[in-house]
Amino acid sequence: MKFRLERDVLADAVAWTARTLPSRPTVPVLAGLRLDASDGTVTFSSFDYEVSGRVSVEGEVADPGTALISGKLLADIARSLPAKPVEFSADSSKVVITCGSARFTLVTLPVEEYPELPQLPSASGTVDGTTFAEAVGQVAVAAGRDDMLPTLTGIRIEIDGETVTLGATDRYRLAVREITWNPVRPDLTGVALVPARTLVDAAKTLASAGDVTLALGGESDDSLIGLAGGGRHTTSRLIDGEWVPNYRRLFPTEIATVARIEIDSLVDSVKRVALVAERNTPVRLAFGDGQLVLEAGSGEDAQASEALPAQVDGPGIATGFNPSYLLDGLQALGTPFVHMSFTDTPMKPVVIQGIDSLEGEPSSGYRYLAMPIRLSS
Amino acid sequence: MTARTDPSVLHLDLDAFFAAVEQRDKPSLRGRPVIVGGLGPRGVVSTASYEARDFGVRSAMPMSEARSRCPNAAFLAGRFGAYRAVSRTVMEQLHTLSPLVEPLSLDEAFVDLAAGEHDDLSATAVRGIGERLRSNIHAATSVTASVGAATSKTLAKIASEKAKPDGLVVIEPGTELDVLHPMSVRVLPGVGPATADRVARLGIKTVGDLATMSEHELVDLLGEAHGRSLSRLARGYDDRPVSSERASKSISVEDTFDHDITEPALLTALVNRMASKVAERLAASGHSGRTVTLKARLHDFTTLSRSVTLPGPTDAAREISRLAVQLLDEIDTSSGIRLLGVGVSGLSDWVQHDLLSSVDTDDAGRSDDVSGNGEAGEREPGEHVAGERRPGVGEPGVGGSGERGARERDIDIDAALHRQHPWVPGMDVVHTQYGPGWVWGSGLGRVTVRFETADTPPGPVRTFAADDPDLAAPDNSTTSE
Repeated sequence: MKFRLERDVLADAVAWTARTLPSRPTVPVLAGLRLDASDGTVTFSSFDYEVSGRVSVEGEVADPGTALISGKLLADIARSLPAKPVEFSADSSKVVITCGSARFTLVTLPVEEYPELPQLPSASGTVDGTTFAEAVGQVAVAAGRDDMLPTLTGIRIEIDGETVTLGATDRYRLAVREITWNPVRPDLTGVALVPARTLVDAAKTLASAGDVTLALGGESDDSLIGLAGGGRHTTSRLIDGEWVPNYRRLFPTEIATVARIEIDSLVDSVKRVALVAERNTPVRLAFGDGQLVLEAGSGEDAQASEALPAQVDGPGIATGFNPSYLLDGLQALGTPFVHMSFTDTPMKPVVIQGIDSLEGEPSSGYRYLAMPIRLSS
Repeated sequence: MTARTDPSVLHLDLDAFFAAVEQRDKPSLRGRPVIVGGLGPRGVVSTASYEARDFGVRSAMPMSEARSRCPNAAFLAGRFGAYRAVSRTVMEQLHTLSPLVEPLSLDEAFVDLAAGEHDDLSATAVRGIGERLRSNIHAATSVTASVGAATSKTLAKIASEKAKPDGLVVIEPGTELDVLHPMSVRVLPGVGPATADRVARLGIKTVGDLATMSEHELVDLLGEAHGRSLSRLARGYDDRPVSSERASKSISVEDTFDHDITEPALLTALVNRMASKVAERLAASGHSGRTVTLKARLHDFTTLSRSVTLPGPTDAAREISRLAVQLLDEIDTSSGIRLLGVGVSGLSDWVQHDLLSSVDTDDAGRSDDVSGNGEAGEREPGEHVAGERRPGVGEPGVGGSGERGARERDIDIDAALHRQHPWVPGMDVVHTQYGPGWVWGSGLGRVTVRFETADTPPGPVRTFAADDPDLAAPDNSTTSE
């Protein structure tokens, strides 16, 4: 095997494939990065039985071939090389990397022991990479981190024709985002539960690729999702098990009180008041009379309160939330104002949506629902 | 808080409390040795009457040892409903003396007389208050109390110990060290066998010996906090306040079994039941908690503890159950479990609502009610605990007539656990013809009942078939309040 690549092309490709390499591989070969050179194309691949990554770049291939070398070492080297063409040449036991006067010799890993990468499932459709990354980021804030509840560590992707609905919940809040996309068939439907961390990472790194191809299972293998864009392909196993059944009904159907508030000042106030809220104790919110009063702390502990203007329609309401749950939702909206809707009881969840002006009505694109706290007495 | 000059701290301790209540309600046992505790093969003595103590029977002694020391005693399983009722009456009496009452258990409490309306708290006046209290308690409950009073908690407790049984001791202000210093170091709070052993190696046996050591030496020996506090206590400095709100740090339930349990389904059922019980206690005390702990003692006495912490506190039985069962899965139970416990700590007074508890429990058809009341997931018919059973005290399961059907599942667990008869020695029963009495013994399909109550002379003994339809356990029998 012998090929030559530009340094930046190499560094990008290696950094992207190496990012999912396991730090403590179950089998030594899984720490490796696979190099395939053929026909003017060099492909880098990684796989840990959960997530696979593959990127193909153009290069001058003098001698086609395959090699497996330590991914972490290659990534470190590629990052440090001078901006000059990089030449790879390999025999059966080692790979020599030359760049300018720098020269590295790496021992190869047994490529015949390396598992075969899963095939990218057949395409389901395409979506704008930036929109998709934003949507994934918005719902991921609500995903669970408790490995004892594995299904809640996932982001649910539901496809119904031209609409993709992403959802995540850790049982205390629920975030849902709808986006439109271009399905391969207008009547396409499907559901997949993808590990949130993997999907966030994949969507972020594909955001700049323009259109991203989504591949949800397909006839052959139902337990994979594939994402591809800009020469990068990634697959991830799906999470087994049922997500929240019929989650849409968690959104209250009746609204009694709506508050519209400027987000930046609300975020600042919540952060300030929460300084005295130890160990995730609640921040209490009282809406009414053109203002919102925030309070935290009680009894003999430190206390804080603050008021800020709010446009409140409907009867006043007082409730309380874990401040970080509130902040996660507010900061995910990406709009100047927030639309918070309550039912007639402080025991039911608040629905947080973004609006562009104090007079605006929310679109259903992104909804963040947070459960309140209750004083136990 | 400054050191007190009046003997205003009062300590009350009921004399052989459980046994005294049994002797009150069972006239034929008065003057005879009575031992209350777990009657199973691994039971321990909860309380021995003074008659039984003459035979060397002590609290916490294995029941098998108690049986061999005092074979002629009445061995009773205990009626916690009755004990709680008496305890409540006693605590009410204490509250007439002062709003500041710190209960330590059913039969023990501190009272801060300085917080009550007493003009004179001289030793003489306190002696009067104490005697009136003792006679009021005896009049109201027929059990006797020992009362101690002093300028500090440590000495008030020592005083009540000196007063036992049925007495009163007030330690005159100024004489504290004369009382304290000749006593064993074990009288100080925080000195258990381990600490006592450690200082004994230095020749320290009495509190007086301890007072000769410098604080520095004690800190070196016992660590910063413990050493410093003991140094102060040994010199008679104890300004700990009487506090009516004993902030509990955790709420837990545990049970020791008569035989090691290996069957996973039974262990899971047990953990579920304990979790429900913990949730009930959390609710009763207005608490919630973030950390769920499972404790398991293996057949070889290895004790394991596993815990998991939630992002927000909960008081829901199903949540506590779910986590506790997951923790149980992490433990290798194949060689047998002799003790299980479920606890919740990291207590708060608020609950993070859960979006999904309602989804899980609601009918799939109901789509209007979203999350609503947090109570939805807490009490489910199938999860309810048998009566007011208190695992961990060697208390018997509930037997009897009407409730049987509804509690069949619980009784099955109990049967598997304790292999007990529904008729437990000591429990209250009612016969349609002979009236109220108590189970004297049972076995071989028969049950023997003595028909007497607190208000009758010793009554006759009769034997019935164990399934005699005329015989029933009243609702308030073994356990309920």
